[in-house]
Amino acid sequence: MELILLIFVFVIAAFLGFELIQRVPSQLHTPLMSGSNAISGITMVGAIIAAGSVGGDIGKWLGFAALVLATINVVGGYMVTDRMLGMFKKKGK
Amino acid sequence: MEIFINLAYIVASVLFIFGIKMLSSADTARRGNQISAIGMLLAVVVTLLNNGLDFTWIIAGLILGAAIGGILAKRVQMTGMPELVALFNGFGGLSSLLVGWAEYAKDPTFGSAENPIFTGSAVVFAILVGGITFTGSLIAYLKLSGKMGGSATVFPGQKILNALVFLALIVCGVIFVMNPVSSWAIYAVIGLALTLGILGVIPIGGGDMPVVISFLNSFSGIAASAAGFVILNNVLIVAGCLVGASGIVLTVIMCKAMNRTLGNVLFGGFGAAGGKAQEVEGEMKPLSTQDAFYVLEAAQSVVFVPGYGMAVAQAQHAVKELGEILEQNGAEVRYAIHPVAGRMPGHMNVLLAEADVPYEQLCEMDDVNPTMETVDVAIVIGANDVVNPAALEDENSPIYGMPIINVHQARTVFALKRGQGAGFSGLVNTLFFRENTRMIYGDAKATMTDLVGQFKG
Repeated sequence: MELILLIFVFVIAAFLGFELIQRVPSQLHTPLMSGSNAISGITMVGAIIAAGSVGGDIGKWLGFAALVLATINVVGGYMVTDRMLGMFKKKGK
Repeated sequence: MEIFINLAYIVASVLFIFGIKMLSSADTARRGNQISAIGMLLAVVVTLLNNGLDFTWIIAGLILGAAIGGILAKRVQMTGMPELVALFNGFGGLSSLLVGWAEYAKDPTFGSAENPIFTGSAVVFAILVGGITFTGSLIAYLKLSGKMGGSATVFPGQKILNALVFLALIVCGVIFVMNPVSSWAIYAVIGLALTLGILGVIPIGGGDMPVVISFLNSFSGIAASAAGFVILNNVLIVAGCLVGASGIVLTVIMCKAMNRTLGNVLFGGFGAAGGKAQEVEGEMKPLSTQDAFYVLEAAQSVVFVPGYGMAVAQAQHAVKELGEILEQNGAEVRYAIHPVAGRMPGHMNVLLAEADVPYEQLCEMDDVNPTMETVDVAIVIGANDVVNPAALEDENSPIYGMPIINVHQARTVFALKRGQGAGFSGLVNTLFFRENTRMIYGDAKATMTDLVGQFKG
């Protein structure tokens, strides 16, 4: 049953994602991409669980590597997006 | 405790939804990004509250990752943005692959899973999509940063090879799901997925990079979502799926801007469309910067059309300086930006924003085209295909049907170009042969600086 629920969640989220952004001004294409890219680093939640597991050596090391990579993705992604958006200024601000 | 964690995940998902929504509007974008970052922080913090975690490696991983990510983000030049985004994207994909693999390594029979076949399939899927995302993004990174030639690498039998690799991938995946103990199958899936990412991106040329990057971006989200199905975690599923969907939307926008289908971009055939391009009449007429200055001095309305060449020459600051001087001279100055100009969606906007061009002056193609006939001078800086009138006029041209910025309708066109050769795609640009076009040869930055000097002097 839980699997069905998760698939249900996935499908709803897909529709939501498509509805959420329809018309994006082209100046925001890059920030939207790098910002959503940072969100895809959510896999770090899974990496934390794997890296923090007790025992299971290989799994733990894989989890550790996954965690480092995902954290780079998340931290770097958000910072770079923020830097970019900070540059989009209106005239005579 | 578990209920609390799951509730917090729901809150995090809502923050991601708001964050993405706000990212698509100029006034709210920065706050949107911050809101989604808060969502991420929340998701990470509550995950740490899980019982029975060994924190040694978690803390080490968080510190190491944050340090590397932070340094990369701080140091990058705006011109280096496309490759950095590609690199981050690849890391996200590899991470999802590793999460799937780790889950298998911990429990090789999926004995503790509710439904071993489902979990096995999810592992295969996370590895497949994550692996393609990783090596695909890595190739994109190498191409964008110039460490690898930007042109398409094509060899005979390429499509057949790709199809075979994909087929082998599916077969190994099925074998693995049916019998998870046969660990060779999962290693084969990993290897084949990594190979497919490389094979899939090398035949795609630099001009199509905006499509590929947004497509890989979508893939990294789907990989995260698949990893979510492996560990049965709703926040991964929702967040990954949102990214996957928004990435597809962006990909479709990019494809429309080139009037091509995604399949056509990914599986090539660009330039191989056959048919003979129309004969070009006329000749390219060069112009000195001195003469260009006289024309610009009298111009009432000027439109800059930047392309990848501006990024290569790092000319954005010089362009902006010239733009300001022209404004002081009484001209109306605008920057017309084609959706696929450059190597990443929105590439030109980022560069011009870095040079402090106010975004009111940045115009989209559809807004600038109707006014093009009233423009005195259109200055094309290192853009090529996106201003090629063959897209409108020559049915045999491979880019026929692609919407372009109609600079040929302006009274005068200055095309800044390094040399006389054909552009990146190898197509002859009929714009350069038009009656109202003048070629200004040389490095774009040097040309701009030269013109600025003439106005000042």
